[in-house]
Amino acid sequence: MTETSHTNSLFNVSSKTKNRNAAERRFRIYGILAISIGLLMLLVLASTIILRGTSAFQQTFITLDVDLLESKLDKKGNRNVDDIKKVSTFGYSPILLNAMKKVLEKHEISTSLKKKALGGIISKSAPSQIRDFVLEDVNRIGQTVEFKFLVNGWIDGYIKGRYSRESVANSKFASAEQFDLIDQLLEVGVVEKKFNFDFIFGADASDQRPEAAGIGVAMVGSFYLMLVVLVLSLPLGVAASIYLEEFAKQNIFTDIIEVTISNLAAVPSIVFGILGLAVFINYMHLPQSTPIVGGLVLTLMTLPTIIISTRASLKSVPPSIRDAALGLGASKMQTVFHHVLPLAAPGILTGTIIGMAQALGESAPLLLIGMIGYVATNMPTTISEGLLSPNSAMPAQIYEWAKRADPAFIERAWGGIIILLIFLLTMNTMAVILRRRFERRW
Amino acid sequence: MPFIKKLLSIASISVLSATALVARDQVHIAGSSTVLPYASIVAEAFGENFDFPTPIVEGGGSGAGRKRMCEGVGLNTIDIANSSSLMKQEQWDACQETVGKVTEVRIGYDGITFSTRLENEGFNDLTPAQIYLALSDKSTASSWADVDPALPDVAIKAFIPGTKHGTREVFEKKVMLAGCKVVGTYQKLIDEGLEKKPAEKECFKVRTDGSSVDIDGDYTETLASLDANPEGIGVFGLSFLLNNTDKIYAAKVNGVEPSTETIASGEYPVSRPLQFYVKNSHVSQVPGMKEYIEFFVSDEIAGPDGPLAEYGLVSDPELSETQALVEAIE
Repeated sequence: MTETSHTNSLFNVSSKTKNRNAAERRFRIYGILAISIGLLMLLVLASTIILRGTSAFQQTFITLDVDLLESKLDKKGNRNVDDIKKVSTFGYSPILLNAMKKVLEKHEISTSLKKKALGGIISKSAPSQIRDFVLEDVNRIGQTVEFKFLVNGWIDGYIKGRYSRESVANSKFASAEQFDLIDQLLEVGVVEKKFNFDFIFGADASDQRPEAAGIGVAMVGSFYLMLVVLVLSLPLGVAASIYLEEFAKQNIFTDIIEVTISNLAAVPSIVFGILGLAVFINYMHLPQSTPIVGGLVLTLMTLPTIIISTRASLKSVPPSIRDAALGLGASKMQTVFHHVLPLAAPGILTGTIIGMAQALGESAPLLLIGMIGYVATNMPTTISEGLLSPNSAMPAQIYEWAKRADPAFIERAWGGIIILLIFLLTMNTMAVILRRRFERRW
Repeated sequence: MPFIKKLLSIASISVLSATALVARDQVHIAGSSTVLPYASIVAEAFGENFDFPTPIVEGGGSGAGRKRMCEGVGLNTIDIANSSSLMKQEQWDACQETVGKVTEVRIGYDGITFSTRLENEGFNDLTPAQIYLALSDKSTASSWADVDPALPDVAIKAFIPGTKHGTREVFEKKVMLAGCKVVGTYQKLIDEGLEKKPAEKECFKVRTDGSSVDIDGDYTETLASLDANPEGIGVFGLSFLLNNTDKIYAAKVNGVEPSTETIASGEYPVSRPLQFYVKNSHVSQVPGMKEYIEFFVSDEIAGPDGPLAEYGLVSDPELSETQALVEAIE
């Protein structure tokens, strides 16, 4: 027997087969490596976001009994709303300081802090909180009311571990003495860290009070953007794809349209922003910074995605169904609307949701139409206000926060990312569920 | 087709009604990202204290803001442009031609600091001459010690604002040109027969070998660059520095420490006025615009004890003149 016949037996694997098997094993290892690198990246990303962002959902609060002194708030004593309105938020600061001193006396805490530093412990949003409360019902003047105020972002940063006594040594905004006082107040329970609903539902705040900033108004802005996108792009996209897929003749003209649509889907989103600025704002004179313009721009961006996925799902409906319907005497339109469209609906919905999720996370085009800045300040009360009054959107708000000087805003940007991701995850899960439950296979 | 007719009419009606609703009830501001924090502080306080809605403030840069304001009249253009640099005469004339009268309102001063990370010790004192020698395109120095033996032996790596920033102009004029003159290069260029303007331009040029990096983004980007290059020196506005004293410190310039006091007194050399430009014709059309402007320059807000000064704005000693100017706007 020669050696070659041995190597060809099933028991003795030849070197060629060995090589082949080894190549396959290697390929599998490559695959597993690729997946694990991907997973590792995801893990790093997710854990970074969660580690840095979760602290934004908690905020430090201070509970104070505030005397709404008549001598400060209503000097004339006639409870005239217009007179009381003349007292600006700056006029409310002394009342706050009094309340602060009172709480220190009550708990027998002594401090060397001067007036300004002592008042600086409370957020600058506190005076307007009291002022709004007083203006709601002027007869509250003279009472003593318990308030829960936010604590200044720097002090909050100390409680969250962002600052230490050493790191504020050169700071103009916070001092180690303030931290000493806060430690004592924490002990007696006047100051506490709690879940902060205002971060989720509140409005943006200026650079001086990061502790008061919330993503709520921007979230509503995003909602209106999505409303415009849905209302415009779904009917337009579906109508266009049904016509192209079912009615139009295949000729050069439709080929060009097809190529154009695929190209549009790949156009960078900033281009749509420039287009939106030129057409909707400069030419059509729609108001700047509003969700309606943002929605129109994002519609342009989402349309190609919806058309492509709708056409794909229309294509996947087998021709036999159309033939059967036509054979039974249905018109072309009846065939499409009674048979093809219902069968393609899950695919269309999936495509729409994915397109909208993409639009939800988009910030570049919004930059050009003025939705980034200190914009998300007024919560819209009606639908027309929601569409036509200036607002921001979640990704735009996150970008804006990440730019600001105070590091407390960076924490909020991470927190905003968590909320945005929750929305995106929900939408994408919905798309997967819809596809799984309703998709038919032939 | 009746269906299509209906659809078209609905579409046209909705577009028309949207255009009819353009009338807006809040002030719209855009421009300098240096002024943005101050404007947002004022806008917020304005919204709290007046019955008008909170004005909206966008960033985008001084140049972009002025351009948007000068684009034309009409409620879909902005009312006020924040600016960290002064409008040039040609632009001022062209702008007035398109939009009518424009008012320049100075709100205070801003200092520009040269800062580095706390662990990068030794940069306590710099002069424009040293910075010019280190960053000029004629420089071949690789370490700060090459420039001046008194400085630490640390590789030169500077992060300066990009050309679209108003801050760059100040950096060029008050640091590079000043340094250029002290060193004598400017005189040499003049002696070689150059006109004033080209000679200045020559002095503005920064080296392109990677020792000086233009930052087109915001100060947060400069700060991130310092994180990656701890030996680097960055250019920051005073208020940004005040917010990040746990990470960076500023060098004195010509022996003067940057602070609101030294800038107000004029001792600190690298400072500039901050202002906003008001489109006068909008004042009567946008509710709350005049009130906002007056509120901005009131003692309560822009004065030395106001919230703006607290945040890092150097308040204007001639604020009362500005108040009178604003009062006269119609």
